[in-house]
Amino acid sequence: MTRGKAVEVFKVSKSFGDYQALKEVSFTIHENEFFTLLGPSGCGKTTLLRMIAGFDIPSTGSISLFGTEIGTLPPHKRRVNTVFQSYALFPHMTLEQNIAFGLENLGWDKARRKARVAEMLELVHMTPFAKRKPAQLSGGQRQRIALARALAPEPQVLLLDEPLSALDLKLRQAMRDELRTLQRQTGITFIFVTHDQDEALDMSDRICVLGEGRIQQLGTPSEIYEEPENRFVADFIGATNFLDVEVLSVDGPRARVRTPMGIEIEAAQKGVSGPGKATLSLRPEKIGIEDQAAGEIIAGTVTARNYMGGFTHYTVETRGAVLRVSRRNALSQAESYAIGQQVRLGIVAGSARVLGQ
Amino acid sequence: MRRGFRFWGLVPAWVLMAVTLLAPLVIVALVSVAKRGAYGGFEWDFTLAPYRDILFTAGWSDELEFDPKYVLIIGRTVLLALITTAICMALALPVAYVIATRGPRAKALLIYLVTLPFWVSMIVRVYAWLIILGNDGFGGRLWQFLGGEGSLLFTPTAMLIGMVYSYIPLMVLPVFAAIEKLDPALLEAGADLYASRWTTARRVIVPLAWPGLAAGAILVFVPALGTVLEPMLLGGGKQITMGTLIQTQFGSARNWPFGAAIALVLMALVMGVLIVNALRAGHKREAEA
Repeated sequence: MTRGKAVEVFKVSKSFGDYQALKEVSFTIHENEFFTLLGPSGCGKTTLLRMIAGFDIPSTGSISLFGTEIGTLPPHKRRVNTVFQSYALFPHMTLEQNIAFGLENLGWDKARRKARVAEMLELVHMTPFAKRKPAQLSGGQRQRIALARALAPEPQVLLLDEPLSALDLKLRQAMRDELRTLQRQTGITFIFVTHDQDEALDMSDRICVLGEGRIQQLGTPSEIYEEPENRFVADFIGATNFLDVEVLSVDGPRARVRTPMGIEIEAAQKGVSGPGKATLSLRPEKIGIEDQAAGEIIAGTVTARNYMGGFTHYTVETRGAVLRVSRRNALSQAESYAIGQQVRLGIVAGSARVLGQ
Repeated sequence: MRRGFRFWGLVPAWVLMAVTLLAPLVIVALVSVAKRGAYGGFEWDFTLAPYRDILFTAGWSDELEFDPKYVLIIGRTVLLALITTAICMALALPVAYVIATRGPRAKALLIYLVTLPFWVSMIVRVYAWLIILGNDGFGGRLWQFLGGEGSLLFTPTAMLIGMVYSYIPLMVLPVFAAIEKLDPALLEAGADLYASRWTTARRVIVPLAWPGLAAGAILVFVPALGTVLEPMLLGGGKQITMGTLIQTQFGSARNWPFGAAIALVLMALVMGVLIVNALRAGHKREAEA
């Protein structure tokens, strides 16, 4: 399946005075894709979104929308709409008027506007609230209206700037599902900015991890989590154990490494050229404990325990390294291990990953 | 103890109000119903003649005829104040917008510059305009260059320029405060939803800056109604307003009771504007609650 290119960002850099927010960033977003820009604050993700919207102009480089260069067009001449972090609903207008605002500026006639506003209110389940003002709504309802307002003018791309950050936890989870559904229903390309890795993994078709003004990795959620290409990505997405290891031999996507615990294991790799020092990322949930221990076995002592409900996190001191291990609480508390208890840990071949040097 | 403080704590304020506001007001009210003194001043003799004189003039045989002279002056004053307010609104909005959207340091500097004229006496500033608008001044030259007839000074236009100059900071400040409070994302949302700068200004900024514009309108309109300096100096005294009228009655015309009556009519006008405004604001708040 070949999909059209919705947005092409080519060698875009952006400086604010002496500060370089983005350094020659290039990537392509496909049509009908849920694309996420993920990174810590100050990584340049919001700057990138604002440049696609037209609120900021790239210092160098170009941005195209469906093949047309838009890098320097003012925002009102771009067929993209934004859902703002603060929603930015017009407080003096009713919800209807808010949604109709973009349509009026595009010159839609009254009948068509009315039909579209009704359709949008229906889409976000807000029809009974049409005549209310934004101040009379809850956070989640405002969020929905902001979505309806941005989707109404049929944008070629919808930009979402951390739209869930102002909502409480339960509502955030529900809105994730709604956003995903809305994206499938409308078939519009979504570009979603967040610093929340869970949101990114949950919703995205592809994730672009940004850090220090550069793309750290671009891939599907499972690629980003399972096959992090560098320490930044492995550290930012999920929790992990970093181990200083010695690569003994490399065989295609596999490498044999000696760990500080003394054992040798097979690990996945990409970008390691040959023997030498390297960093190994070993996710806590990939280490088996006691009855789940398989593969290479090592012994250790539990030094800390954090009960999280569905999971229990253990800190286990082994000879040569302190490992974080997490175990799903599948059966009962009988499976829990006390501080000071001796436990067996197991690492299966291929479950750890050698990071690029 | 608390109760006592509440009462005694307010005493200084009450005394101040009584001495500086209430007492002069009572005196003016009393003068306005007194008889005109032969050589200025007044005599204690109750009469409503000063109020009657605003509308009527005594004919040859003491019969009263309606005389629109003073009604016209009152009308002209109100019109002048309205035009001043409208021009101040139109000019202050873009100025306030530009200031409100600058960085914090530029913003502080620009606001300081707006308030700078208050540090110089009003009379000195209006005199400065006398020079600027004179035939040899920058304003006068510009007027001639633009094809203006005669000299600019001592015309209603000159007076208006002076009034707009004097009162515009009172409009810029509240409008700035209103615009500065706006979420900048609202303006971006306007542009994002295909509104040109002009449409965003008209449909987003003006409605949301409205409380500031309304406050500024009161702050400009009220003193503009009673203005004396600009009509006297820049209008050359040819354009009589309520302010200059009151001034002449107490001065050269030596008709204190009539001056006091006009002053109270002016005050009634101002109170009327303020009351209407307060009622409207109250209604709006009720409607929104």
